[in-house]
Amino acid sequence: MLADKDRIFTNLYGQHDWKLAGARARGDWDGTKELILKGRDWIVNEVKASGLRGRGGAGFPTGLKWSFMPKTSERPCYLVINADESEPGTCKDRDILRHDPHKLIEGALLAGVGMNACAAYIYVRGEFYNEGLHLQAAVDEAYAAGLIGKNACGSGYDYDVFVHRGAGAYICGEEMALLESLEGRKGQPRLKPPFPAGMGLYGCPTTVNNVESIAVAPTILRRGGAWFAGIGRPKNEGTKVFCISGHVEKPCNVEEAMGIPLKELIEKHAGGVRGGWDNLLAIIPGGASVPLLPKEICDTVLMDFDALREVKSGLGTAAVIVMDKSTDVVKAIARLSYFYKHESCGQCTPCREGTGWLWRVMERMVKGNATVAEIDMLLEVTYEIEGHTICALGDAAAWPVQGLIRHFRPEMERRIAEYRKDAAVRVA
Amino acid sequence: MPKLTINGIEVEVPAGATVLQACQQAGVEVPHFCYHERLTIAGNCRMCLVEQEKAPKPIAACAMPVAENMVIHTDSERAKKARKGVMEFLLINHPLDCPICDQGGECDLQDQAMAYGFDRGRYQENKRAVKDKDFGPLVETSMNRCIHCTRCVRFIGDVAGVADLGGIGRGENMEIDTFIGQALGSELSANIIDLCPVGALTSKPYAFTARPWELRKTESIDVLDAVGSNIRIDSRGPAVLRILPRLHEDVNEEWISDKTRFACDGLTKRRLDRPYLRRAGKLAETTWQDAFAMIATRLKGVAGDRMAAIAGDLADAEAMFALKELMASLGSANIDCRQDGAALDGSNRAGYLFNTTIAGIEKADAVVLIGTNPRLEAAIINARLRKRYLQGGFRVGAFGPKLDLTFPVTSLGDGPQDLVARATEFLKDAKNPMVIVGQGALRRKDGGAILAAARDLAVRDGWNGFNVLHLAASRVAGLDMGFVPGANGRDVEGILAGCEKGEIDFVYLLGADEIDTKRLGSAFVVYQGHHGDKGAARADVVLPGSAYTEKDAIYVNTEGRVQLARRATFPPGDAREDWAILRALSGSLGKALPYDTLAALRTKLTQAYPTFGAIDQVPHAAWGSFGKAGTIDAAAFVYPVTDFYHTDSISRASPTMDACLAARMETDARKTGTHG
Repeated sequence: MLADKDRIFTNLYGQHDWKLAGARARGDWDGTKELILKGRDWIVNEVKASGLRGRGGAGFPTGLKWSFMPKTSERPCYLVINADESEPGTCKDRDILRHDPHKLIEGALLAGVGMNACAAYIYVRGEFYNEGLHLQAAVDEAYAAGLIGKNACGSGYDYDVFVHRGAGAYICGEEMALLESLEGRKGQPRLKPPFPAGMGLYGCPTTVNNVESIAVAPTILRRGGAWFAGIGRPKNEGTKVFCISGHVEKPCNVEEAMGIPLKELIEKHAGGVRGGWDNLLAIIPGGASVPLLPKEICDTVLMDFDALREVKSGLGTAAVIVMDKSTDVVKAIARLSYFYKHESCGQCTPCREGTGWLWRVMERMVKGNATVAEIDMLLEVTYEIEGHTICALGDAAAWPVQGLIRHFRPEMERRIAEYRKDAAVRVA
Repeated sequence: MPKLTINGIEVEVPAGATVLQACQQAGVEVPHFCYHERLTIAGNCRMCLVEQEKAPKPIAACAMPVAENMVIHTDSERAKKARKGVMEFLLINHPLDCPICDQGGECDLQDQAMAYGFDRGRYQENKRAVKDKDFGPLVETSMNRCIHCTRCVRFIGDVAGVADLGGIGRGENMEIDTFIGQALGSELSANIIDLCPVGALTSKPYAFTARPWELRKTESIDVLDAVGSNIRIDSRGPAVLRILPRLHEDVNEEWISDKTRFACDGLTKRRLDRPYLRRAGKLAETTWQDAFAMIATRLKGVAGDRMAAIAGDLADAEAMFALKELMASLGSANIDCRQDGAALDGSNRAGYLFNTTIAGIEKADAVVLIGTNPRLEAAIINARLRKRYLQGGFRVGAFGPKLDLTFPVTSLGDGPQDLVARATEFLKDAKNPMVIVGQGALRRKDGGAILAAARDLAVRDGWNGFNVLHLAASRVAGLDMGFVPGANGRDVEGILAGCEKGEIDFVYLLGADEIDTKRLGSAFVVYQGHHGDKGAARADVVLPGSAYTEKDAIYVNTEGRVQLARRATFPPGDAREDWAILRALSGSLGKALPYDTLAALRTKLTQAYPTFGAIDQVPHAAWGSFGKAGTIDAAAFVYPVTDFYHTDSISRASPTMDACLAARMETDARKTGTHG
C-alpha cells in the first residue's frame, strides 16, 4: 500500500483549503521558479526518468510526448490540458479540479516550460460547472500572485493559462476533437498525421495531456523522477488515482501505487465487494471502454497497464467498476453500447453505423431474442469497427462487447435458449 | 521523391503525395467515396483502408502521406477484410431502392458494393429514416441514401465559398442540411449532384427522366457565358435531357455553373421551328422559299450603307463569318458584334482577351477588378479566383459597388476615380498582378478611356496581367474576324440611331436580342435565331436557326481559346444550322457564298483568320496599343449582370432558371438587417 508520504494528491477528498494558501501549505508552488530555471531539457528528462505514462487512458509515456515538441518554432507552441473527463466510471480529474486546482496550474506552467509553450488551454467538461469555477478562481489567484502570466514566478518566462468550457460531448475528450472544439468547430476528431506536436491547435505545435498527467508533474520534478519511478512495477511506475465505483461497500477515489492487486485495492479502500468477494461477478478495470474481467481473473490481476493488457483488458483511466452477482451483465454492456452509439460523432463510417448496430443487437441479446449465430456475428462486427476508425471511440465501443462475449458467452446462449423455450410455450 | 512499394510494384511519387495517389500512379485501384482530388481530405468513409507493413492498423490511403520505403498492400486479407467491413456498414442503413433511384447506373456505391462488398446483408434491424431536405429548385435530396461522405459540404464551403451546408447532429443521427432551410446560395451549387457518390443528391429538373445507359453523350461547349465551360450533353432522341461538366483543367476543371447545367430546359421552350413572315402586323408561318423571296424583294435596290447586321451573344463563328461575307458582298460595312456597345475594337487581339488565361489566375498574386462582378458574370472564373485566394497570398481590389465574391475584396472606389493611381498603388508590390476589365466598364461612354488606362496596370516583365472578361460567347470570335464596322460603317449605336432617323432600311439580326428593338424604327428586320425572344418579336421575317446543342460550331472563349461545340440533337421542325441558312439566303440573293459544306467554310475562315484553326489552344496574342484617350467619368460602375439566371434567350426561356430566381428572391426577402 502506498505510504502517506508518497501521496501526491494530499487534498483528494477536499478536507483542506483548495485555494492558493492551502495549496502552498501542502507544498505546491514551492520552488517553482528554480524548477523553471533548470530548463526545458531537465524537465523533460526528469519526467522521462519518472516513467510517467499518460493518465488519460492510452498510457503513452508523457516525457517522450513532450520531447516531440519542436526544439525551435517560429509559431507559438501550446499545451492543451484535457479536463473533459467523461469516461463512464471515471471521476479522478474532477476531484483534482475542485480540490487541488493549483497542482494542475503549476503543472501546466512546468509542462509548458518543458515544451516551450506560451500558453495552456484547459478544456473543462461542460458538466463540471462548479469544478470550472474552482479552476478559474485558482487561475485568477495564480495570476494575481504572479505565478503565471508575464514573468511567471519571477522566472522571466511568460505563460498564460486559459480555462475553456466544453459543452458536454464525450468525443471532445478525444485529443483531436478537443482541438477542433477549442477552435470553435464541431467536435470531430481530425486525421493523424499530422500529429498535434507538428500541427495542433490553430495549426501550431501542441501537446494534449490529461489533467492527472499534468497535475503530478510538479511533485515529480520536486522529488525527482527516480522517486516516482521507485513506485510500482517497471514500465508501470508511479502512483495513480483509482476510481472505484459500483457494487462495493464504499465507492471512492484513492491514490495508490501502480500495480496494486485489484482485490487488494477494492478490499482495502472500498470496503470490499458488496456481500463479500465471492459475490463478485465481474469488474471493468479501466472505465467503460475496456473489456470486463470475470472474477477468476480479478482474483489475481494487478492494476497496471501491462498486467491488464495481458488479460486482454486495459488500465484505461483506472476507473474500476465493480459488478456483483445481482448484475444483469448483458444489460450492463448493452447500456455501454447505447452510450457509445449516443456519443459517436458520426464522422467516419464504421463507428457511425457500427455503434448503432452493436447496440441494437445487444438490446436483443438482453432478452435473448436472437440466434446463437448472431453472437458470432456480433463479435465479427466489433472486429470490423475496431482499428478501422479515425479515433479510438470505435475501439472503445467494440471492446466491452468483445469482453462480454469472451467471458459471458454461456450466459448469452442461455438467454437465447430460454427465450426460444418461452416463445414455444407462448405459441402453444 | 520517396519510393514505395505497392502490391510489389515499386513507384516513385512526389513528396507530399498521399498513398492513394501513389496507388493510382502504380495503376492500383483503391476504392473510395469521401476522397475527391479537388476537395479537402476528410478521410471519413474509410473505404480506402489499405495495409501498411509495420503499421498496427490499416491506414486510410487518402489521408496518409507517403514516406520513403513504405510497403503497401491493397489486396491482402487484412485490407480486403477492412474494406468489406466498411462496405457492410455503408450499406446497413442505405435503402435498397436502386430501382427507383436516379443515381442507378452511375452510382459509386452500387459499383463498389458489387466489387468489394458481401453478397448478402446481415443487418436485421430497422434501417434509419432521415427526413429529406430542401436545397432549392436544383438539388433533389433523398437523405436516407446519404453515406455522410461530406463531399457536398466541402464543395459548398471550400470551392463555392458559401457557408450554406453542414452536418448537424452526431453519430448515426448526423444529417447534412442547410442550417436555416433555404436554397443553396451559390451559382455552382448543382455540382454537388455530380460529387455525391450515391443517390442522396440528385438533379431535381432531371428527376426520373432517364437512365444513364439510354443517353447519347456528346462532348461540347457551353455558350451561356464567355468562359466556354466544357460540357457533356446527354440527349435521348430529339431532346437534350441534361448537361454535365467535362474535365478541362485549364477552363472549368470539373465544375460548371448552375446556368450552364440547367438552362437546357429552355431549349424546348419558345423555339422558332419554322420561318415566319409578318403579314398585317402579325407573324405568320411561311416556307423557306417565301421567306427568302420576301428578303430578296425588300433588299432589291437598297444601297449597302442603308443596310446593317448585328450578331448576337450566342452566334457561332461560322455563321458570323458567313454573315460578314454576305454583308460585304452586298456592299455594307455596317456590321457589329458588340450588342452592348462595348468599347472594344478588333485591332489588337491582346486588348480584348483574358490574357493570363483562367488557369493562369493561379500564378497571380493580386487582382484589380474594374466594373465587373465575376461571381455573376463568370461563376467558374470566380471559383478559380477563390481557389487562388485559398492558396494564400492573393489580394483582390475592385472598382465598383460593393461585391460579395465569396472572398474578401478591398474596395478601391465605386467608380473609376483615380483609377490608375489607386490600382497602381494596390498592385505595386505584386509580382504577377492581374487586372480584369468587365463589361460594366467597357459599356460606358468612357469605356475606351478606361481600357486605355487599364492597359499597363498589370504588365510586368514576362507577364501580361491585362484581362477583359466577356459575357458573350460570340464576342471574341466576332472581334477576331473583324465583325465590327468597316470603313465608314456604323456600330450598333450608329445602326440603331440610323434606323430611328430612317437612314437604315434593312437590319439583319443574327440572334441579337439584347438591343433596344424599339429603336429599330421602320427598318425591315430579319431575325435569324432559335428563340422567340425580343428580336423575333420585332422581326418582319424570322429564320429559324439552331441552338448551340444543335450544331457543330466554333466558339472562342474570353481567353481566346478556340473550342468546338458539337451537335447533340437536331434543330426542331424546319430550323437549320445557321451557316447553312446564310448560305442558302446568299444564293437567293444572287450572291452565293463560295462554300457548300461546313468544312469548306471553316477552311475559308481559317485561311482568313488563322487563329480559328488552333482548336483548344490559346494562340499567342501580340501586345499592342488599344483603347482611346479621353477623360474618365467618376460615375459609379453599373454591373452588367444583376440576374445571374437570365442572361440570354435560352436561359430566359428556362422554367428552371425562373425557379432559381424565385428561390433566390425568397432567400433575399428573408434577410434581415443583421445579414452581412
